[in-house]
Amino acid sequence: MAKRLANVDTSRCVACGVCRLQCPKEAITIYKGCYAMVDSEKCVGCGLCAKACPAGAINVMERGQ
Amino acid sequence: MANKKKHWYNYLWIWSIIYFALGFFNILFAWLGMIDFILPLIFAIVGGNKWFCNNMCGRGQLFWVLGRNVGCSRKKPAPKWLSSKWFRYGFLVFFLTMFGTMVFQTYLVFSGAGTLRKAIKLFWTFKVPWQWAYSGSAFPDWVAQFGFGFYSLMLTSTLIGLIVMVLYKERTWCTFCPMGTMTQGICKIKDR
Repeated sequence: MAKRLANVDTSRCVACGVCRLQCPKEAITIYKGCYAMVDSEKCVGCGLCAKACPAGAINVMERGQ
Repeated sequence: MANKKKHWYNYLWIWSIIYFALGFFNILFAWLGMIDFILPLIFAIVGGNKWFCNNMCGRGQLFWVLGRNVGCSRKKPAPKWLSSKWFRYGFLVFFLTMFGTMVFQTYLVFSGAGTLRKAIKLFWTFKVPWQWAYSGSAFPDWVAQFGFGFYSLMLTSTLIGLIVMVLYKERTWCTFCPMGTMTQGICKIKDR
């Protein structure tokens, strides 16, 4: 499993879905139009989602933090 | 992504360009923009999702194409307040107020108290002559008045979106898009 993981601040997320479109592992879903949800099993921590997020709601952190 | 299957709705950014082109020649086409108002609400109210924003928003796609693919965005993080709750809901209220004003102006023309003005208003302030886009039709004047008003609203919001696209992230507009705020609000209420 990858060392890093994308983490969504659901209070800031606007559920636009840009992150989901960018994810190469299809690890992101938009939970009922409310916020982005990362499947930690699939996430490789590449950070493409964080780079695309217009709300600055995603950060990539070390796993197990 | 390169290995992702493309769907027809991935190309709706072309529609958002066509929309403004059509309205340049005939303002009645502005009415087609109502699709972008009603569809997201139907998805949110019936489906409890933001499938429209997530997959078929032509405007969001256009910002992505221009910002990322063409490289017109600085890709810098936007100020936090731009995606804060008070600004998002504040902008929604402002936007709906302006929409209401526009509908009222349409009503004035409908009732005969006002006359059709063949101009568009940018940023709710600057009047731009647009008389070439309408020279009478089978419809009453108020239909065209709504067209001019609605086209103004669509063009203004796209321009704001383009400005924040250049300054900040590609789809910074999405963080305070009134439709986005509204549909997310509906989804959150439905999820409770």
